[in-house]
Amino acid sequence: MSQPPSATTDTWMLWEVFIRPGAGLEHKHCGSVHAADAEQALHLAREVYTRRQEGDSIWVVPSAAITASAPVAKGEMFEPAADKIYRHPTFYQLPDAVDHM
Amino acid sequence: MQSPHLVYITRLADTALIHGQRLSEWCGHAPILEEDLSMANTALDHIGQARMLYTHLGQLDGSGHGEDHYAYWRDADQFRNLVLVELPNTPPAAATASQPRDFAVTMVRQWLMGSLMTLWWQALTQSSDATLAAIAAKSVKEARFHRQHARQWLVRLGDGTDVSHARAQAAVDALWPYTQEIFTTDAVERAVSDQGIGVAPSEFKQAWLDDVQNALAEATLQQPPEAALPCDGKNGRHSEHLSYLLTEMQSVARAHPEGVW
Repeated sequence: MSQPPSATTDTWMLWEVFIRPGAGLEHKHCGSVHAADAEQALHLAREVYTRRQEGDSIWVVPSAAITASAPVAKGEMFEPAADKIYRHPTFYQLPDAVDHM
Repeated sequence: MQSPHLVYITRLADTALIHGQRLSEWCGHAPILEEDLSMANTALDHIGQARMLYTHLGQLDGSGHGEDHYAYWRDADQFRNLVLVELPNTPPAAATASQPRDFAVTMVRQWLMGSLMTLWWQALTQSSDATLAAIAAKSVKEARFHRQHARQWLVRLGDGTDVSHARAQAAVDALWPYTQEIFTTDAVERAVSDQGIGVAPSEFKQAWLDDVQNALAEATLQQPPEAALPCDGKNGRHSEHLSYLLTEMQSVARAHPEGVW
């Protein structure tokens, strides 16, 4: 902030932050923080992303540990699933007792 | 002459407020965005504690005063905070408070106070003053995080580069003498302790020293020798820095009395 970003943020690792909104729910990605190590990342994630009671559990993961699919590979990665509607479990007759499936 | 109960609450409240106000000077100036948010959050925790204590005070002393009365309409000699929290964030040798802030000075103070307040609030959860006990139960959770966060920084700075080590050690050397005031027990503390309302910090001095020494060792920092420094903020005798801090903090309220927004 008061220093140019290159002086600090370049040397601090980037961490992805996952917050669980409550017991029984899943952790969801909510953003990232810069921190020198995991413990500090956890603290700063708490300060940046849970100030308004967003959750009760935090995961931090080094951004570098994430292997992401390439945007240019969208065609071969995801489009083949578009015409496979039979993969959706919507063709079954459910017993009346099973309301919410 | 106010009762020991009122003086004791005033000391806690003023220490929380002045600590929060001093720390809030970092807002917008911390080394990175994440830490900037963290320091502002911590400052607001302290100010929140002060608000609860002032509200309690206004009921206890029968005046019906709201929190603003205590924060904005008293002068320096009426404040009962520890001198440690009013000291500027500038490097120890700075001639004026207008020099650039020193992150090491702030973080060493955060550590000394974080360790202290964790023990103090923990003890106050047993207070016979039910409101104070409830404020303590809420505040001790905040203090535990403040302590942890400051401890991380103390170790990082002390056991970091030559520059960060030297600055952290200079900050420890400069602030250490001001911790003496904390453990000087007086009649007010003895009285509230006898009545089960409060606790004298001298009762947990050893636990504080153990905690602080453990962290200093991990941070490869030296504990300075005991040095006599007569300072007595808890009886209203302050450094010259408090009135400047108050002038800024109180300026809007005093320029626009009863103003609302």
